[in-house]
Amino acid sequence: MIEALLVMAGIALALGAVLGFAAVRFKVQGDPLVDKIDAILPQTQCGQCGFPGCRPYANAIADGEADINQCPPGGDEGVRKLADLLGREYKPLNEEHGVEKPKAVAMIDEQTCIGCTLCIQACPVDAIVGAAKQMHTVVEAECTGCELCVAPCPVDCITMEPLPETVQSWKWKYPTIPIGKAA
Amino acid sequence: MSHSPYLRDSRSVRQIMLHVLAALLPGIAAYVWQFGAGILLQLLLASLTAVAAEAAMLKLRGKPIGLYLGDLSAIVTAWLIALSLPPIGPWWMIVVATLCAIVVAKHLYGGLGQNPFNPAMVAFCVMIVAFPSLMSQWPAAGLDLSQQLDLILGGSRPLDAITAATPLDALRTGLRTGGADARVAEIVQGPAFGLIGGSGWEWVAAGFALGGIHLLWQRIISWHLPAAFLLTMALTALLLWGMHPERFASPLLHLASGGTLLAAFFIVTDPVSGATTPKGKLVFAGGAAFIAYMIRSFGNYPDGIAFAVLLMNICVPLIDMYTQPAVFGHKRRSS
Amino acid sequence: MLHKLFTFHGGVRPDSRKSDSTQAPIAALPLPAELVVPLHQSIGGTPRPLVRVGDRVLKGERIGAAEGAVSAAVHAPTSGIVKAIEPRTMPHPSGLPASCVVIETDGEERWIEREPVPWKSMKGDELRDFLRDTGIVGLGGATFPSHIKLRPGAKPTHTLVLNGAECEPFITCDDLLMRERAGEIIRGAGIMAQMLAVERVLIGVEDNKPDAIAAMRAAAGDGIEVVAIPTLYPAGGEKQLLRVLTGVEVPAGRRPLDFGLQCFNVGTAYRVARAIDQAEPLISRVVTVAGNVDRPGNFEVLIGTPIDALLAAGRPRPDTDRVLMGGPMMGFALPSTAAPVVKATNCVLAGSPSLLPPPPPEMACIRCGTCAAHCPADLQPFELYWFGRSHNFGKAQEYHLFDCIECGCCSYVCPSHIPLVDYFRFTKGEIWAREREKAAADLARERFEARNERQEREKREKAERLAAKAEATRKKLATTEPTGEAAAASPAEEAKKALIAAALERAKQQKSSVKPRNTDNLPADKQAEIDQIEARRAGAEGRTVEPPETP
Repeated sequence: MIEALLVMAGIALALGAVLGFAAVRFKVQGDPLVDKIDAILPQTQCGQCGFPGCRPYANAIADGEADINQCPPGGDEGVRKLADLLGREYKPLNEEHGVEKPKAVAMIDEQTCIGCTLCIQACPVDAIVGAAKQMHTVVEAECTGCELCVAPCPVDCITMEPLPETVQSWKWKYPTIPIGKAA
Repeated sequence: MSHSPYLRDSRSVRQIMLHVLAALLPGIAAYVWQFGAGILLQLLLASLTAVAAEAAMLKLRGKPIGLYLGDLSAIVTAWLIALSLPPIGPWWMIVVATLCAIVVAKHLYGGLGQNPFNPAMVAFCVMIVAFPSLMSQWPAAGLDLSQQLDLILGGSRPLDAITAATPLDALRTGLRTGGADARVAEIVQGPAFGLIGGSGWEWVAAGFALGGIHLLWQRIISWHLPAAFLLTMALTALLLWGMHPERFASPLLHLASGGTLLAAFFIVTDPVSGATTPKGKLVFAGGAAFIAYMIRSFGNYPDGIAFAVLLMNICVPLIDMYTQPAVFGHKRRSS
Repeated sequence: MLHKLFTFHGGVRPDSRKSDSTQAPIAALPLPAELVVPLHQSIGGTPRPLVRVGDRVLKGERIGAAEGAVSAAVHAPTSGIVKAIEPRTMPHPSGLPASCVVIETDGEERWIEREPVPWKSMKGDELRDFLRDTGIVGLGGATFPSHIKLRPGAKPTHTLVLNGAECEPFITCDDLLMRERAGEIIRGAGIMAQMLAVERVLIGVEDNKPDAIAAMRAAAGDGIEVVAIPTLYPAGGEKQLLRVLTGVEVPAGRRPLDFGLQCFNVGTAYRVARAIDQAEPLISRVVTVAGNVDRPGNFEVLIGTPIDALLAAGRPRPDTDRVLMGGPMMGFALPSTAAPVVKATNCVLAGSPSLLPPPPPEMACIRCGTCAAHCPADLQPFELYWFGRSHNFGKAQEYHLFDCIECGCCSYVCPSHIPLVDYFRFTKGEIWAREREKAAADLARERFEARNERQEREKREKAERLAAKAEATRKKLATTEPTGEAAAASPAEEAKKALIAAALERAKQQKSSVKPRNTDNLPADKQAEIDQIEARRAGAEGRTVEPPETP
């Protein structure tokens, strides 16, 4: 009787120690789910989802406050990846938040720009350089194509230019030799 | 526009299948010589059914019929079924078996290249589960063509005088009925047995081996599969025979009877449902031979190759995953 | 003289068809009226143009300077006038344009001043910069800037390998170069061997080129060994050649230098010798014209020569339906033959339906493993094919997709005629695109977070400044008006109001004193527009004092 109790107590202690050790050793910092969601989001920071940036949207998804189909720049593939990650049902992009567009960057017509800095303030990734009363320009490599600078411009000098395909960015297409065109 | 390489030098699937069909001919010739021409009718029935079923399924699936019928894979499946089933089975049996293979085991899984199970073996298993008694009636020696045709086309049956058990069946029955006193050495003196295997079956086996050598020579099959299959079968048999020669048949009998050689060269070598890596092929064929031997010797069916192959088919993704060959530059340190 | 050779897995033996184009010596090509020299002709950064439209350039003059760590210069292949610097169609499977310097040739072939380089007395970096500025890049097809490969690694380099295998069918430019200019190749090899301080030089040549082997052996000196290797495609792949000659397997993502090896094409060695001895930049190369032509052969072609003009020298037959750049195994069909010859162009191959038949219809994969049996990288191409088809990119990478060298052996032998390499190229492209997107997203995230932090900090600092000012004002008020409970009730508010008033005043002054710089001398209508906007803005500011918030 006593032995049995001792054995059981011993086992309990040993397992408890293992669990305690594991809890300390493998402690997870922060919320990995939010990080994982954030990693899928395109980081356009456009706010089309209704949240001020990608990270807040990721938080909202993790908390169940937002749906997974509110990110037009992430597109269909983004929704699928989120559905995959969260084990949810795929659903098409919610058109209330916009539609998927080819990637574009903002271009400032430097002849028209009056140097008002409104676009600089609007840019979520500081991709526009310039100063008050100086003409502004967009650093193409850093522009996410969020379009947030377009509306504030008082002279409508910002346009979204789709990125052209170049020899460097060109990709091989999916092979489309029709299966069995001829016997 | 097509892209490089612009040169191609490949044997088409059709050519490969033609080689397989040609390689089956010596075995079929020996079959006819030893057991009569009834098998030819079975081959014809199976081929016609297979072509019709394949065409119908391709049409239903919206695939180009001419192109895929031309690959002849359906004919190969049909011939393997005909060679696995008893040659005096009623005509509808071979038709049902072939439909089962082509429609269910092949096309319902997505057609050539997608089927996880060997279609011919699926058909065999369905038949042996559904019609066990018909599947155990094999022609006795001296059965002439008219009697065979009569049996195939719906004549009266069964007639013990004209049907017989296969050697493996006879062995099993002998051991079962003889109880503890049964001796393999005595049983194999019976009429079903010949020089080294079943009477007549050793010639058929030799024919299949000849065809198999042709396929090896043509590099259509790799040596891994038949070698692993035959070696495992022989070694397992040798081990048990060495321990209890009176209870277990000799390795030679196991190699020369049943479908051992047909399986080694034509069934486990089906690329679609088998393992693909060199090591994986050894595991796959070896495993199939081992399970087949176990079913033969300890199970309820006279021959277990079909079940063994299907069981190993299930394991193929796992086998392939664990036997991926080392990639260039990722091997063990080369000097 | 017997060298121990190793083997690689797989490989195929297509009909080499090389004898067609080895009958005649390397011939010159008439000078075309116009040369189109793309600025981007090597791996790495696009050189920045050094000339302007209308400039007169001399033969060998640098017209594009190397830009960035990995880049090589480009030069005027002949004397003439820069007619344009504009996007022109590139010899690339996409057929897309890229920036080119278009030179109208004057036929004078006037050289810039040149003198031999005292390379023995030069420092390593100096010499490498010189090679960069003479535009020397790998001529085997990859066009990697050679000066980078000539920088000794952390570990000592023991073996320099020259690649003269030339395993692709039809192509014979290296063969002819070795036959006719073995001395300069060997000299280039000697220079490179010295730069890398190697112990030995191995030159691998496939044994279907006995003349080239003989010529090279006759020219080779001490420490340079010309090794005949078995003819087996793709023995000319860098990794396969290193394996055959040294037994070392270089995995994807590692450099030969990590294993004490370095490998160059024989054509590159020749160009290094020309650059050092004659100060001649890379302005021409030997190109094979073969296939469906009446006069196949090899030509010394100026970079920028339209492929049309080169092809015409080979007299293509009327049933030519395609023109490939490169060989039939790894080349590509040119979307336009107006594209220029570039440093990477080793062969121009005319195709006809009988010579390069269209692929038979693709059928289902039967997992026969023939592709795996012939893959020189020991891959399982059919597995990669399934992953590519199902867009399972992670799995494809796990199965070492990036060890694929796109040699085409798998497609060559596939009994189901599946264009396996096309799937691999597609899958690689998608993975690269995703990695680019990922990098862009990471950058955006970083900048977004930095901006948020900055805004927070600015807000905080502003609040602190305000508080400090308020404190100061209160103190001032306290000293001037020590009593008065009612007034003390809201000194902070008073201070704030005062501050706001002051700030508004300052802003007003600023506005009136500064004029927009880029709005001087505007046409009247623009000015009117701006005035209108200014008015609108003034109205808007009247309504709200708050600056527009970032949503």
